[in-house]
Amino acid sequence: MKGIRPGVWLAALVLVLLVAAALAPHLFTGQDPLAVDSARTLQPPSAEHLLGTDENGRDVYSRIVFGTRTSLLLGFGAIAIALVGGGLLGVLAGLGNRFVEGLIMRLSDVGLAFPELLLALVVITVAGGGTWNALVAIGVANIPNYARVVRAQTLSIRRSTYVEAAHALGLSGPRVVLRHVLPNAVKPVLILATIGVGTALVAGSALSFLGLGTPPPEPEWGSMLSTARNFISRAWWYGVFPGAAITLTVISVTVVGRWLRLRSEGRTS
Amino acid sequence: MTAVLRVENLRIGFGAGTVVDGISFEVRRGECLALVGESGSGKSVTARTLVGLTGDGATVRADALTFDGRDLTRLRERDWRAIRGGRIGFVLQDALVSLDPLRRVGKEIDEVLAAHTPLSRRARAERIAELLAQVGVPEPGLRARQLPHELSGGLRQRALIATAIAGEPELIIADEPTTALDVTVQAQVLDLLAKLKSEDRSLLIISHDLAVVSRLADRVAVMKDGRIVEQGPVHQVLRAPAHDYTRSLLAAIPAEHTKGTRLSGTPAPPGERRPPGDVVIRVDAVTKSFRGPDGVARQAVRDVSFTLRAAETVGIVGESGSGKTTTARIALGLTEPDSGSVQVGGQAWSEVTGRDRRALRRSVQVVYQDPLASFDPRYTVAKVLDEALAVAAVPRERRRDRAVELLELVGLDARHLPRRPLQLSGGQRQRVAVARALAPRPAVIVCDEPVSALDVSVQAQVLDLLDDVQRRTGVAYLFISHDLGVVHHACDRVLVMKDGQVVEQGPVETVFTSPEHPYTRELIAAIPRLTAA
Repeated sequence: MKGIRPGVWLAALVLVLLVAAALAPHLFTGQDPLAVDSARTLQPPSAEHLLGTDENGRDVYSRIVFGTRTSLLLGFGAIAIALVGGGLLGVLAGLGNRFVEGLIMRLSDVGLAFPELLLALVVITVAGGGTWNALVAIGVANIPNYARVVRAQTLSIRRSTYVEAAHALGLSGPRVVLRHVLPNAVKPVLILATIGVGTALVAGSALSFLGLGTPPPEPEWGSMLSTARNFISRAWWYGVFPGAAITLTVISVTVVGRWLRLRSEGRTS
Repeated sequence: MTAVLRVENLRIGFGAGTVVDGISFEVRRGECLALVGESGSGKSVTARTLVGLTGDGATVRADALTFDGRDLTRLRERDWRAIRGGRIGFVLQDALVSLDPLRRVGKEIDEVLAAHTPLSRRARAERIAELLAQVGVPEPGLRARQLPHELSGGLRQRALIATAIAGEPELIIADEPTTALDVTVQAQVLDLLAKLKSEDRSLLIISHDLAVVSRLADRVAVMKDGRIVEQGPVHQVLRAPAHDYTRSLLAAIPAEHTKGTRLSGTPAPPGERRPPGDVVIRVDAVTKSFRGPDGVARQAVRDVSFTLRAAETVGIVGESGSGKTTTARIALGLTEPDSGSVQVGGQAWSEVTGRDRRALRRSVQVVYQDPLASFDPRYTVAKVLDEALAVAAVPRERRRDRAVELLELVGLDARHLPRRPLQLSGGQRQRVAVARALAPRPAVIVCDEPVSALDVSVQAQVLDLLDDVQRRTGVAYLFISHDLGVVHHACDRVLVMKDGQVVEQGPVETVFTSPEHPYTRELIAAIPRLTAA
């Protein structure tokens, strides 16, 4: 583990803290993120409220800490859906006959033609809002990207010598796919996905910002930003800290993802 | 004769490692010197250093490194650009990757002319056609307008040589100029290089192949581990080698006279060779066509028939595109022939499907040219063998012992089980590939160019290994190779293929000593021989 830049270490540390906050938010704050205190609305940061309070007197710091779970869930969950869906469709397209491949790829072309967020909006219009629906919507909107990459991988792996060698050994077709084609086709995409997590997280926050993701009063970074917008001239802390949380998370995930990618390509930075 | 290039005590290192450790040689005017060695001997990095392209992070030191009296160690990049291409031509190994795929061949030559000659655009266009004609490219005007992938391997290599001589260099450095070529094309390129030498140019040839070198070089320098172990006139080094390493290299080259002997110097296992047994594969009049990108069907294999008996080795020789590999895939049951049949142990591939077909696959196994590509990159040796044994229905608890047995059969041991193929040497990888092929106890192993990617001493070990395995197990080999020396050494019978057809077949001795078909004669005449020196 020598030669890793300090920035990568720092990003990894941030990620560890974020995951810990998502799993056990109580360890990071003693305050209830939902506790309303009408006497102390829009207070600036102080010893009592580290990052100030919002328009209902709730503690911004503890709302950010408790919001981590939803935000990470959106980021990782959506990409998991995109990976599984894209992986399956991609392998299917890579292995299938001309009709199957054509169908999947043309559908994915249509999907790629629309911006992710717009696609997610379509899904939400049909299925309704809420955290889980937002998660599914972003995941589905990301499927075409992954399907494309996995298909290209599958096409080259399918013609590789080791797959032919497995057939020559007498392995059955499905077994060759499960053991050799699928894992090798998905491996490079896994690394791509770590970077996708950041984008999905931003998309989730954006949906909440638009009021289509996590409903209030549940703490979520995007919806906090959305309300903070109304008080931006009076309470800078209300908008800046959730925004900083999103930025820091996305940068950390991207830095670690980039490092993983370089490492898998045999380059180190 | 004056020395064009003089190298004295050249040392090249990367980081803490030394790859070239104090070598000295000179190339005189109108002379060809060959640097010969196996991979890792430092020969290619030496060649690159002579044109100032050693690479990043390299340290180059020499007591003398002069070209035409000029000190090369003191040159800056801009000085190099005047010399490279202009006064020293450089021919790289693989013309397909050395030529820009998006640029027309003529343009490639034009670039050199524009940089090193005062010719006008029109004069350059004429000169390009002249150069291409000079290196023996037919229809030079047309070829100059084509892209590299539209040319055959031989033509590409000629085009590359044309770019190297475009600047009228006094010295041409060629790194493995014929390695990627078929034997008849190789002979033509060697003739071309010999012609350049006769025009009073100097040549420095880098090669792993002593036979190729013997045809062209005046003097040879044999490299090993960054040092020159022996240097002298070609006939002296090849006829009366002074160094043990040169002797072992020469002994390791498979050819007519090595037949039935050991190449690697290790003793043969006890026991006589088994006589050929029952027929294990019968290929009967198979034909296969593929549709090209233009939609026109092309016959890759036409009416090919042969049989293979237990403990027998049958070779298929031919140049690229002759249908060797398609024939192998048909024998393996991986490609369906359009007509004709293949019987394995009395059962035809076309008659079995599903489970029975997979069971039949076990009796015909395969070893590929590139062992690394034939393993799943995520697998360890243990996993590779475990999978093969699982397919062969060996119970889980006995697989590890069987895997170790197999490794021992191919000269490895249990210590290699946790390794990944990437961590093994080329020879060890091919041994693992042989072990995997043996796992289902096959009757036949199809060897598709099994030693083509290996150094001559490693090739010798693998050829000896294949022989050992055959003596011990009685397995039959279908041995595909473009190297006639290897086929002569390893095979009992041989099929000569050209354009999808078997033009001649019979016992190796008969086919090689009294070939009947003109193509076979051409092939055999084109083999570079050590005795030509």
